[in-house]
Amino acid sequence: MTSADTAQPEGPKPSADAEPLEFRAATKRYPGSPAPAVDALSLEVPAGEICVLVGPSGCGKTTAMRMVNRMISITEGDILLGGRSVRDRDEADLRRHIGYVIQQIGLFPHRTIAENIATVPRLLGWSRTRIASRVDELLDLIGLESDIAARYPAQLSGGQRQRVGVARALAVDPPLMLMDEPFGAIDPINRDRLQNEFLRLQAQLRKTIVFVTHDIDEAIKMGDRIAVMREGGHLAQYAPPAELLAHPADDFVRDFVGADRALKRLALQRVRDVPLHQAPLIREDGSAAGAQANTDVPYDLVVDGAGRPVRWGTDGAVHRIDEDDTLRDALSGLLASAVQYGAVVDAAGAVVGVISIDLIHEVVRREQPA
Amino acid sequence: MTFVLAQVPEGFYRDRSESDTGCVANNGVCPDWIVDNLDRYVDPFLEHVWLVVASVACGLLIAFPLAVLAYRRRWLIAPVANITGILYTIPSVAAFFLLLPITGRGALTAIVALTAYTLLILFRNVLEGLDAVPDEARDAGRGMGLTDGQLLWRVELPLALPSIMAGLRIATTTTVGLAALAFFAGAGGLGEPLEADKAFKSNVLVAGGLCVVLATALDLIILGAQRMMTPWTRSRAAS
Ligand SMILES: Nc1ncnc2c1ncn2[C@@H]1O[C@H](COP(=O)(O)OP(=O)(O)OP(=O)(O)O)[C@@H](O)[C@H]1O
Ligand SMILES: [Mg+2]
Repeated sequence: MTSADTAQPEGPKPSADAEPLEFRAATKRYPGSPAPAVDALSLEVPAGEICVLVGPSGCGKTTAMRMVNRMISITEGDILLGGRSVRDRDEADLRRHIGYVIQQIGLFPHRTIAENIATVPRLLGWSRTRIASRVDELLDLIGLESDIAARYPAQLSGGQRQRVGVARALAVDPPLMLMDEPFGAIDPINRDRLQNEFLRLQAQLRKTIVFVTHDIDEAIKMGDRIAVMREGGHLAQYAPPAELLAHPADDFVRDFVGADRALKRLALQRVRDVPLHQAPLIREDGSAAGAQANTDVPYDLVVDGAGRPVRWGTDGAVHRIDEDDTLRDALSGLLASAVQYGAVVDAAGAVVGVISIDLIHEVVRREQPA
Repeated sequence: MTFVLAQVPEGFYRDRSESDTGCVANNGVCPDWIVDNLDRYVDPFLEHVWLVVASVACGLLIAFPLAVLAYRRRWLIAPVANITGILYTIPSVAAFFLLLPITGRGALTAIVALTAYTLLILFRNVLEGLDAVPDEARDAGRGMGLTDGQLLWRVELPLALPSIMAGLRIATTTTVGLAALAFFAGAGGLGEPLEADKAFKSNVLVAGGLCVVLATALDLIILGAQRMMTPWTRSRAAS
């Protein structure tokens, strides 16, 4: 299976200090309610990966996440960070070494942005100069101007505050981050941007991350692994996004991921990751511009001097598709412009291949469970 | 119980010997007399300042830890609010009488009674300020590994400051007024000259006016301190 990975392109291994996390039959029973909020949850998150906890409201996602830094006590079972039980660690010290981001962000209104970001470094007794340079570094990392450092949270937009919340959680470069619906209160357009920024950041940082959301699309986009939870704090399935979509464990998961899961799977794969067709490439003067053999497209594709597509044959308009697009976007584009073939181009606009609805269908068919 | 009343000679503040204009004799508002006699009010004024500052400071010293304690142990709220509420309803003159056998005549009696009056206001405002701290700030603070004490001093109390300072302003202004009765306890203050010659308008104007000036000045000082201590509340308006 070509399990393309939206969350993390192939790249460096987990950052040196990222640590694996393991839930071992972790259970939470709130006083006064007989049924557990989290019921014997067992799962392993490899170092440097994003594990998304997803499920309907009240299924225990937040409870499961907050047991990790012991904001909620563990009733039974255990949680191990880097192989060590969180129960054996000093509570405050444990929390200082785990990044913590919540939906309401929780910036301190009476502290400037710089002071907010410096919260944990100050608790750990870093020197003034070290804190100052770390704050600069983090503001740069999250793409905020350094003149924002002296402002108060009330003077920032929601999106900026959310970025600062992430920067604050990253301040001491913790091996683990806990994020509870971090983009939940942001409008859809900015949420998309923040998600992309965060994935880029994660590609660099490679933290171990527990990410809570109730939005399956966000889960598929952000997660290296997705834990689908159901009411009563049960784990329904724990799998990478592609596997979750291809093989839902039961009807609950099938319903939860939605009827459009075939399309969602297409969204997991990029055009450049599938074997593309090749068309005979012709220059505008009629000379061959590339291999003429082994082509599987019955039309000539005319390209300019830089290899950029100009037209099909003598007058056919070319539909261009970026090789970084997802298969879902490519399919949507082909359907929208009602063409059979699309020319796949690289960042410079040069042709790298040809894609068709049939080819996408073939990819789906090959991955379909027998 | 007449012995407790201020023993001020009738007309002590009215020196008619040199007055000729008839203004003083007629109990009028006499600018000349005021200018000439202003220095007589200096001591009562300073006594008044001392009574107010000492009482509010003592009140804060008692109410603040009580409120912080009650903030963590909620069951304390009802008893503390009830007791300070009862203290608040005792008429101040009655409080002076009740205290005389214990603390005797003088500033101590007045300060004890005035302190008791500030408790309810200060307790309630400190507690309200702490209760108004946004849950998410508290949660984020705890989640980042602040201990209870760090959370209190670095997050909760700073965020409660506007409410605490508002309580201080009300308590101070109220105490300036109540301290005008402190002469009943033999503690002096601006109430003494005021009471000594209520018929003389110049006297009433100066003594009463100084009370107003004192209340306003203390209020502005506290307000200024609050502005300095809570810069983030200003930036919100500016943004
Ligand atoms: N402090 C608490 N005391 C008692 N019960 C609680 C407490 N917190 C949560 N619960 C219960 O535990 C269950 C799981 O709650 P939790 O907040 O973990 O759900 P969630 O999956 O995060 O939901 P949401 O998507 O709405 O945030 C719910 O039934 C909730 O009512
Ligand atoms: Mg939740």
